[in-house]
Amino acid sequence: MVDIRGLAKSFNDHVVLDHIDLQLEKGSTTAVVGASGCGKTTLLRLIAGFETPDEGTITIDGSQVASAKRAVAPHRRRIGYVAQDGALFPHLTVGQNIAYGIRGEGRDKVRNRISELLETVSLNPSFADRRPDQLSGGQQQRVALARALARQPVLMLLDEPFSALDTGLRASTRKVVASLLADAGITSLLVTHDQEEALSIADQVAVMRDGRFTQVGSPQSVYRQPGDRFTAEFLGDSITLPCVVAAGFADCAIGRVAVRADDGPGTLLLRPEQLVAKVVSDSGELDGVGRVLAVEFLGHDVLLTIDPAGDVEPIIVRQNSLEPPSIDAKVRIEVVGNGVVFT
Amino acid sequence: MTAAPPIPAPAAGSPRSEATARPGPLVSITVAVLVAATCIPLGYVVWGTVSVGWTRAYELVVRPRVGELLFNTVALVIVTVPLCVLIGVGLAWLTERTDLPGRGFWRPLFVAPLAVPAFVNSYAWVGVVPSIHGLWAGVLITTLSYFPFMYLPVAATLRRLDPAVEESARALGSGSIGVFFRVVFPQLRLAILGGGLLVGLHLLSEFGAFAMIRFDTFTVAIFQQFQATFDGAAGSMLAGVLVILCLVLLTVEAVARGKVRFARIGSGAPRAATPNHLGHSTIPALLAVTVVAVLSLGVPIWTLLRWLWIGGADVWDFAALGNSLGQTIGLAGTAAIVTTVLAFPVAWVAVRSSGLLARTVEGANYVTSALPGIVTALALVTVAIHFVRPLYQSVPLIVGAYVLLFMPRALVNVRAGLAQVPLSLEEASRSLGASPSETFVRVTLRLTAPAAAAGACMVFVAVATELTATLLLAPTGTRTLSMMFWSWSSELDYAAAAPYAMVLVLLAIPVTVLLFRQSMKVAAL
Repeated sequence: MVDIRGLAKSFNDHVVLDHIDLQLEKGSTTAVVGASGCGKTTLLRLIAGFETPDEGTITIDGSQVASAKRAVAPHRRRIGYVAQDGALFPHLTVGQNIAYGIRGEGRDKVRNRISELLETVSLNPSFADRRPDQLSGGQQQRVALARALARQPVLMLLDEPFSALDTGLRASTRKVVASLLADAGITSLLVTHDQEEALSIADQVAVMRDGRFTQVGSPQSVYRQPGDRFTAEFLGDSITLPCVVAAGFADCAIGRVAVRADDGPGTLLLRPEQLVAKVVSDSGELDGVGRVLAVEFLGHDVLLTIDPAGDVEPIIVRQNSLEPPSIDAKVRIEVVGNGVVFT
Repeated sequence: MTAAPPIPAPAAGSPRSEATARPGPLVSITVAVLVAATCIPLGYVVWGTVSVGWTRAYELVVRPRVGELLFNTVALVIVTVPLCVLIGVGLAWLTERTDLPGRGFWRPLFVAPLAVPAFVNSYAWVGVVPSIHGLWAGVLITTLSYFPFMYLPVAATLRRLDPAVEESARALGSGSIGVFFRVVFPQLRLAILGGGLLVGLHLLSEFGAFAMIRFDTFTVAIFQQFQATFDGAAGSMLAGVLVILCLVLLTVEAVARGKVRFARIGSGAPRAATPNHLGHSTIPALLAVTVVAVLSLGVPIWTLLRWLWIGGADVWDFAALGNSLGQTIGLAGTAAIVTTVLAFPVAWVAVRSSGLLARTVEGANYVTSALPGIVTALALVTVAIHFVRPLYQSVPLIVGAYVLLFMPRALVNVRAGLAQVPLSLEEASRSLGASPSETFVRVTLRLTAPAAAAGACMVFVAVATELTATLLLAPTGTRTLSMMFWSWSSELDYAAAAPYAMVLVLLAIPVTVLLFRQSMKVAAL
């Protein structure tokens, strides 16, 4: 559906995109996630046609829209674009905003279409007569989406569409948009700096750093089997411990953990949710038993700082707050599932 | 000369907009031609000096007459600018930060003098005190005409300052006087420098007000020289000295301004300031504001009405007045439209690109518009006579002069309007299938239109009340309002001049209201 090959772009000798390859399946949602300034927005703007690439090609729906030599103008690309702040036209009503891209249709037809689209994005059709400044941030974002949908684009581009919203609104708007795009079967590309957003909304996640993808894959695979330490740490909290691998098990400060890796020394990576600290009876020094240094009560959860035996940094374990161990308690850290080893 | 907008700081583009600036050929060519045109006045001065030869130039510049003009002009600037600072800042503080009774009534009154051209003000004072003349008369009249240039930006800045900063200063142990001088005044520096520059430049370029009271500054002398010898070397040498004075002012302001920018640190909307309690000073403060209002507004209004009363029905030659008004509207309207249309490509380059072109445009425009009208007019006369004879005393030439002189008024507005159209809106339009030109019409132009209209109005009034360049460049037979006013008052027929002055003031009132509203709005942001 969308095929990006060898895409490169520099601004004033600063390499922003360094030969990117990316494929989008028809009807799927892909999230490009990375820290600010990693080049993800530039990628989006190249696909939209607001910038032209230095090298590489972009193909949408079988036709090449951009290469170093030739670029199709943005208005001829059949893409939908939702900007960070919605970018609604302040001089037009909500209805006029949505109708902006609709061409060559009768008045009544356009009016029906506006109502239809407003309903699609879960807004009351009476919103059509309002001005953008009378809407909340989440409503503006949904109108922007309806406006982009009005042209029935083959590809929807979303540039940090939820980052301007406050936390509660963000989650709900995200849900609405995700299910809407999935139902409509529109291929979409979402750019975000929020890993949780990327993991929850996308079929495919591409992690970006300094103009390159460090890993592209399903949300589960990039989270559970990160290809490198950066990807692992970017996508969520992680615990790293030095270890030695032998016969499918890694030996480290908290005991033996099942891994899929070659034998030899390495760094073991675990997610905090894989760890559970269990109090052990105070019966002498046991292997793999640590001491609780601090207990931080957070309501639903409790954060335990545990000093494992040996020369290792304290480990933070987050678990539910029912009957937490007390300070100085001896605990054994149990690991659920497999770990990942980097050499 | 009337209302010129306070000089705002150039708008900073977002980093992303800088990356996408690629002006098309139409924009580039228009801008390049404009930049070339803005070089004409400076080029004229340099060329004049070179063609005269260094020895002769030296003789023409180093002589007692030039010394006298230099003394007059410099003394005028040195006395008037600080006076304007004192009055402008004082009034702004009283109307914005104290519990002075009737603040809402006084605020527009201190912007209103902008509706009275300085030469009309001068005429009014001559009517009241016929013997008035010389440096002190010049200082009195121009101070009363130009202090609003200081009042407007300072009042706007005062309204915008975060009162929390002042409250912190109070909490740190400063009294109200201490807070003003240690916290408030430093933050007003940019507004004061901008206002001061504007006052200084107007002083250098004013002709009518000084000619009326027989006070010779460089501009007055150059004008007289031109009338006597037409295209003389002496005139262009005087223009050279005037240009140097002008550049000195620009440099002083730029150096004093430095690179400081005062931004409010921290977030959240600033609350309204708690006004300082005047207490026993209320009566003296009221007396002071009344005196300023009476001198700056009362005198011209009273004189105008008195002359109209004395003249009676006889001075109202409606055919001549109507003809004159029609010509003024035609000329000023054309100039306003041309200037505003040309301001678009320039503003676009200034807002959307950050290259060498943008900086050249800003620089060239800044310097040329700061040059006195007489220099620009002389330069255009010389160029027309030497290279394009048919243009001499033609409408296109005088409109060209107005464009060079008043471009900033349109530019400031169009640029502010354009800067408020986020690039993301244009991109949204493109992604919705609109071509670049359709996007410009449906989004950019539509959103910039109010600002452009305000700019056009300001150019219109500036042209309508312009005297110097108009007298030099107007085609034979032109009788604009300011020309008619000037010719009647030069013949000392003050009563016959009064209706023209009246119409000029009436024309300027709406734009003055507009300026006042804009300054209030800036504060509300």
